[in-house]
Amino acid sequence: MEQLTPIGLNHYLTISAFLLGFGLFAVMTRKNAIVVLMGVELILNAANINFLAFSKYNGGMAGVMFVLFIIVIAAAEAAIALAIVINIFKIFKSVDVSSIDTLKE
Amino acid sequence: MFELPSGAEIQSIVATLQSNVGFFIPEIYLSLLFMFLILLDLVVKGRKNNILPITTLVGLAGTLFFIYQQHALKAGELFFGMYVLDEFALFFKYFFVLSGMLAVIVTMADEQFDREVKSMGEYYALIVSMVIGMIMMASSADLMMIFLSMELVSFTAYILTGYFKRSPRSSEAALKYLVYGAVSSGLMVYGFSLIYGLTAETNIVKIGAELAASNPNSLVMIFATLLILAGFGYKIGAVPFHFWSPDVYEGAPTPITAYLSVASKAAGFALLMRFFFVAVPHGGVPIENKLSIDWKTLLIFISIASMIYGNVVALWQKNVKRLLAYSSIAHAGYLLLGIIVIDKFGTQATLFYLLSYFLMNFGAFYVVTLIANKTGSENLDDYRGLGKKMPLAGAALTVFLISLVGLPPTLGFIGKLMIFSALLAKGSLYIWLALIGVMTSVISLYYYMLIPLNMYLRESNMHDDKEMNPGILAQALMAVLMILTLYFGLFFTPLADFAKYSSAIFGAVLH
Repeated sequence: MEQLTPIGLNHYLTISAFLLGFGLFAVMTRKNAIVVLMGVELILNAANINFLAFSKYNGGMAGVMFVLFIIVIAAAEAAIALAIVINIFKIFKSVDVSSIDTLKE
Repeated sequence: MFELPSGAEIQSIVATLQSNVGFFIPEIYLSLLFMFLILLDLVVKGRKNNILPITTLVGLAGTLFFIYQQHALKAGELFFGMYVLDEFALFFKYFFVLSGMLAVIVTMADEQFDREVKSMGEYYALIVSMVIGMIMMASSADLMMIFLSMELVSFTAYILTGYFKRSPRSSEAALKYLVYGAVSSGLMVYGFSLIYGLTAETNIVKIGAELAASNPNSLVMIFATLLILAGFGYKIGAVPFHFWSPDVYEGAPTPITAYLSVASKAAGFALLMRFFFVAVPHGGVPIENKLSIDWKTLLIFISIASMIYGNVVALWQKNVKRLLAYSSIAHAGYLLLGIIVIDKFGTQATLFYLLSYFLMNFGAFYVVTLIANKTGSENLDDYRGLGKKMPLAGAALTVFLISLVGLPPTLGFIGKLMIFSALLAKGSLYIWLALIGVMTSVISLYYYMLIPLNMYLRESNMHDDKEMNPGILAQALMAVLMILTLYFGLFFTPLADFAKYSSAIFGAVLH
């Protein structure tokens, strides 16, 4: 039977690069504010995977600590973002970012 | 892989923490003030009540004392390289506390709050929390601290921008700010993770040493640089990361617009300068050093784009707040000019320009607030004939705008003069940059002077020449800001000396 290649640093980095791409794609193409925020979470988690992978292969603890803080920040960000989005929904009856454009040149 | 520390090591860690707390007193004091304000809000009710803002003012003024005491302490790293205390950080501590105080004063004058919100709730506490965040941004020496403090500032700013909950404009501004802010800080953290992968360090001094010693893959380095610049560029509001700023500045409550355009921008610059001077290696053999070349070239392009875009697009604006938003994009470009020369004089010029920007921009927004109180409008057309109705406000706004253009005898002129002379002192490439700066300043003359033109030379549509009095205290403050702008434009040596004293950045070797 053929041997599978052991999982190394580049596998982690590939996954995180894909996640970053998906996150950016969601942010740029989606109209719904909630989906845009989900894209942001993907970007943050891409950074998390990078930090953990580098931390494992560098042998330092700093990356792991960084990830803990990013997770907490992401949770706080989600709380504030949802509060703002709910308020937007109350006023505009929609969470479509392209239809919320009272501020213009 | 990770060993548990021994008892003796834990003892030494605790001892370091204890001895370093003494260097952290202003931040601790501000945190206590933040909590006290939240508790006080439960006791004091109502918007008319001035107890909360006055407590905030007194509390922030008290911070100045603790910051002053820090001059006696030795500059250096604290908390295992997480945090730094140096003259540069002290400069920004004063800067942010003072701008927090001015934001509170402008809020007290703004009558829009009476119409839009029932109680001021946690508003003042949030302003204090933003002061803490910005102080920590200016003093962070670790990627993790940079990220955390930046998010503290951003989150508070999102809430403050959307503080008029029932106003569509304010809520929309908050949403736009949130989306752009979240994406750019996410990208910045991804860039940090790449830097961490290349160097295995999170402290910026060590990163600088590591990058200078090893020769990292230039493609990864360019990628990381661009991502990190997205985060910093969003904070300073420079092209091409500026999309949020006109909408946010127009939609947010005016005191918050002033606060964001001065303090939050300055915090971004503090961070950018520390990171750029310390973590990015300079000198040595510049051609071989890919990272150094890229940062500087990128910053030059960003600066040129900001100056041209901000000044040209401002020409068509009809809303004064939006006009000042584009002008603040342009000013981010001028401030970047002082950074890209990478020397002591350039740093001094940037800090001095920030000081002048502080006075003239806060002054301009203060007058805009007072005028909006009386006319209920921020439209350029509604400024007609105001020069007669509000003589002092008209005169003050004209002085601030002349200062923003950069004409003598105001502080803004000295600021631009210092930035341009820092450029010219460095030689041929920078002459072109200085020329672009001067040309765009000439363009800016047109749209800034539209406001005094409307105020003095055009007649109002409504034919009532009644004088509008914004109140004695408001007039006194306006006069003080105006006189300071003129006074320091003539006698600028103390400010210039202070900026020179503050240009010492820990871990940076500037010439």
